[in-house]
Amino acid sequence: MNIIIPIKQVPETSNVKMDPETGTMIREGLVSIINPLDLFAIELGIVLQEEAGGSTTVLSMGPPKAAEALREAMAMGCTDGILLSDRKFAGSDTWATSYALAQAIRKNGDFDLVICGERATDGDTGQVGPGIAAWLDLPVATYVSRLVENRPGSLVVERLVEDGYETLEVEKPCVLTVVKEAAYPRLPTLRGKQRARKTELPVWGAVDIDADPAALGLKGSPTRVVKINTPKVTRSGDIRTAGDPAELEAAVDDLVAYLEKIDLV
Amino acid sequence: MQDYSGVWILAEQRHGTVQTISYELLTRGRALADTLGVPLAAVILGPTDDAGLDELIRRGADRVIIADAPELAEFLPEPYTRTMAHLVKTHQPEIIIAGATSSGRTLMPLLAITCHAGLTADCTGLDIEDETGNLLQTRPAIGGNIMATIKSPAHRPQMATVRPKSTRPAPADPARTGALIRETIDPELLKSRVKRLGFTPADADAANIQEAEVVVAGGRGLKKGDNFGLINALAALLGGAVGASRDAVDRGWIGYPHQVGLSGKTVSPKLYLCAGVSGSIQHLAGIKTSENIIAVNSNPEAQIFQVANYGIVGDLFEVLPLLIDKIKAKQAATAATV
Repeated sequence: MNIIIPIKQVPETSNVKMDPETGTMIREGLVSIINPLDLFAIELGIVLQEEAGGSTTVLSMGPPKAAEALREAMAMGCTDGILLSDRKFAGSDTWATSYALAQAIRKNGDFDLVICGERATDGDTGQVGPGIAAWLDLPVATYVSRLVENRPGSLVVERLVEDGYETLEVEKPCVLTVVKEAAYPRLPTLRGKQRARKTELPVWGAVDIDADPAALGLKGSPTRVVKINTPKVTRSGDIRTAGDPAELEAAVDDLVAYLEKIDLV
Repeated sequence: MQDYSGVWILAEQRHGTVQTISYELLTRGRALADTLGVPLAAVILGPTDDAGLDELIRRGADRVIIADAPELAEFLPEPYTRTMAHLVKTHQPEIIIAGATSSGRTLMPLLAITCHAGLTADCTGLDIEDETGNLLQTRPAIGGNIMATIKSPAHRPQMATVRPKSTRPAPADPARTGALIRETIDPELLKSRVKRLGFTPADADAANIQEAEVVVAGGRGLKKGDNFGLINALAALLGGAVGASRDAVDRGWIGYPHQVGLSGKTVSPKLYLCAGVSGSIQHLAGIKTSENIIAVNSNPEAQIFQVANYGIVGDLFEVLPLLIDKIKAKQAATAATV
């Protein structure tokens, strides 16, 4: 079973700065990690490959530094990595990103399954996974919370929806996006790290994936960032301190009174 | 591009019943359509009760476009995407708004690629740009640290998803009238490589968290999973659902369906009461439309107090048991006088 796992390198903290001119993130000086929600996709891929054999290829589009994220995924157990890096990809929205990733997946050859994280913690769109499915014209199951069965021509999965779990059978090859219930990510091992360091990591540009230049980067992106604001959410609330029993008593009494006032007690 | 005109909202049905998100979308869609001076259509896929279709018109739709093939009864990505792509090609709307639900967030990216359209996820604000008539889509990004306003100037339709509970449902006006357009869909478009084998309902409490009038939530300050008993007890007393911060879910104290925040569910209850929740930006973004926010936290600097209407800086293991006792006493007293 050959599995492709598209991942994204994201800034670790939420304290990131934006460039007010371009409306893009200032990435310099930030500690970068694998998008935490991609770890569940990586783990599920490794588990499947351990059971069924084949390969797990992590794929990331980003600056050269994104190779770190790929090496880390390989240290967890992914067998191969591909870095998509080219200035022509810069400024891509989810439309152009999913196009480039889909082209790279095509170029890489036969595969049975693409597993994506639910969304990246920086962009927070959750659009690239389904986008890849659309470009590759593959069936997709989103919000997958459990892999039930790996059948010869299909996968049976559970999908988390608002009021429960759907059980779906999805024909292979297919695309899954997974939520955090789907797997318990392992830590990289020392042996894995050594192996990851030694494994060749190809770097592909726009030409290598036979991409239409008009569909790449900012130029290929239908959306434009118009402006960026920093939101403020503040209310002038009544904040009490319950430092001693008397204060505690009074604060809780007033809380009950508050609940009464809004007809909840 | 100028051939594209009119605003669409993508209504949702479950087992033939129109879902509340549809009425929230009508609030958004009506405002946009009025600004642009164009008609508003509600599009709904799958067999739907007639009463629900009428309700869409009473709540603001000028027309309802329905594709009621039985294959569309449940959300399946391929038939839904192909049907919508067909409808978009036929009617050419300039704007499509859908709920940021499990189905909306799946269908819209598939459709955006198919139609070569720009799509913005999880918008909290939608507006029309004065001179161009472009849709301005405002959304939180980078974990809610920033609000980005986005447009798709050169592509149509302009597509956006909107978080459930981020708007009030449009009120019904019994005098409103509108057209019902039934679309027949080519069976070829309704084929699916994904089959729905079954459905397991979530525990009722987790399922209801977005609908609940009261949400009582716990976070890392609970120290261990067993202590969610306090949260459960308080939620039961107030007739509310149980929520949790991402920290608590990541620690395995409670299931992901209970997670509140940007990476979980957005809630908008009458009362959001939380204990041991510090209030990360991601969490605050998921609760800020709540009518009343009450917080208990031992750290006076906790960000949650910045959004709380009422807060107690104290030990939740002292505050919650006392609160539970006092509410019980009050309820007993009320019951006695009735």
